[in-house]
Amino acid sequence: MPIHEKSLIRRENLVTHERLTLEGVDVSGDWSTFIQPRVITDYNEMMEQEIAALAGGEAIHRCWQCGSCTNACTINAINPEFNPRYWIYLIRLGMESELLRDKDIIWQCVSCNKCTYACPRDVNPEGVMKATAHWLELKGHTAQSPSMAFDEEFSSQVFATGKIEEGRVLRGFFARTGQKLQQDWLMALLRGLLMRLPVAYLMRLGLAGLIRPRTRGWGRARAALDDYVKDRRAADRRALHLDPSETHQ
Amino acid sequence: MSAPYQKVAYYPGCALEGTGHAYDRSTRAVGKALGLELVDLEHWNCCGAMEVKNVDPKLQTYLSARNLSIAKDMGFETVMAPCNGCYHNLKKAEYDLAHDPASVEVNRRLTAKAGHTEYQPGEVTTIHALDWIKQAIGEEGLKARIRNSLAGLKVANYYGCMYTRPRHIFPEKDKGPNSESTLKPHFMDDLLTAAGAECVEYPLKTACCGGAHSLSDADTSTRLVLNLLTTAEACGAEVIATECPTCHTGLEMHQVRAEKVLGQKTRVKILYFTQLLGMALGLSARKVGVQENFSDPSDLLRARRLG
Repeated sequence: MPIHEKSLIRRENLVTHERLTLEGVDVSGDWSTFIQPRVITDYNEMMEQEIAALAGGEAIHRCWQCGSCTNACTINAINPEFNPRYWIYLIRLGMESELLRDKDIIWQCVSCNKCTYACPRDVNPEGVMKATAHWLELKGHTAQSPSMAFDEEFSSQVFATGKIEEGRVLRGFFARTGQKLQQDWLMALLRGLLMRLPVAYLMRLGLAGLIRPRTRGWGRARAALDDYVKDRRAADRRALHLDPSETHQ
Repeated sequence: MSAPYQKVAYYPGCALEGTGHAYDRSTRAVGKALGLELVDLEHWNCCGAMEVKNVDPKLQTYLSARNLSIAKDMGFETVMAPCNGCYHNLKKAEYDLAHDPASVEVNRRLTAKAGHTEYQPGEVTTIHALDWIKQAIGEEGLKARIRNSLAGLKVANYYGCMYTRPRHIFPEKDKGPNSESTLKPHFMDDLLTAAGAECVEYPLKTACCGGAHSLSDADTSTRLVLNLLTTAEACGAEVIATECPTCHTGLEMHQVRAEKVLGQKTRVKILYFTQLLGMALGLSARKVGVQENFSDPSDLLRARRLG
């Protein structure tokens, strides 16, 4: 029988014999193609519940696998391996080992929300992607992604002062991820800007780098946010059956 | 025409004080030229952009609700945010606090600890700079004030993600004629057409520039931006008009990066829609902050006798 949607089957699970004769019938090449049978026993039945407990994952149970999310997805259009519909399916079935094959690309969701716009069941697939990436990090399946390093750097500055200063975020992010600041293209961009910019603007930018912009009267808000973040982190770890006293950074 | 948004609270946000300063400058200049009044929100804080929600979405809701409560304390019912990220987050807070009891609970707890007024759903409504000009002045009003028509200038209007998605948080959109469409937005097209520009049919007006991962996944962003740029050129556009500092900076940054890293050069210029409007209203290029853009559009502006 011909195999439709061959592209959906992992190549290593497809078997074809170049030369094969069965009971006198030549079935060489495509005529002998079949899918390797497999037995799955290592279901992680907690996986859906755990991801649903993290922010963004709450509505994963509503999914009825229509595929609108993957169809609309920005990243799927440039990398067919990036497949939110499939990952939601795996999570709901508890097929952890299958999900882990894609663990290093799930964080690449750009939060364009095309999936959330298209979803007929209000699953909030964008949130599910974030919860899944978070779950992978908390469980130790992946190191902290560059995206999460950026988010943490950015957020810590907001919590500290109420505002961000882009130069500081940039420097902090490159430091966290061990990259050099002098990227060729970044330097080309800055050189172009420096050639044209009026002095007053440069001084203003420089000043913002020295004197951190901050929100007046932010102290109490900062304390409230710090408390909340600490509570949330402990709650997330409890939901994932991890020791709540440890931090995950 | 009546002017519902004659005087509104203004929330610039962090980007407009940094890399997006040209947008701040041109927005204020256009408001002044149109006789509209902006009053800065006092002691505002960052809305959380696209980052804080990945630590916890309810923190983003609180951060935006604090800004809304400031507008309320100042006696405003409307706050205008030109940045798509700020606009989106404030709208999201309005929506979540009207529909999600868990968000209300967290906001109440954090507000009490931080010791300021609590924002109640419906007290303040957030609008975008596009809503502001479209509703307060309108196309006819704008036409009457054009002193330097953009006639012949081919523009692709780029709205990005956060202005229309997810659709749930924009209750005023998709309400038929005169309302904005989340599927095919047109307010920027309407305004720039009124200013004389020739707006090309641009199928990627709500596609994503990868702004959330501009630095953390730069190769993906470069591919997405390059697609936006080459498509705009294929549609015949000389300029991409933007309405978001993240998109704008992303387009400029990755235009350079695409040339440096992939060897792909594109010529299309990138300007904030407020810069184009400002020049059409007779303001100089300097007044609308063109010199602060990363990309240099001066050749085009000279050729078109703008600014």
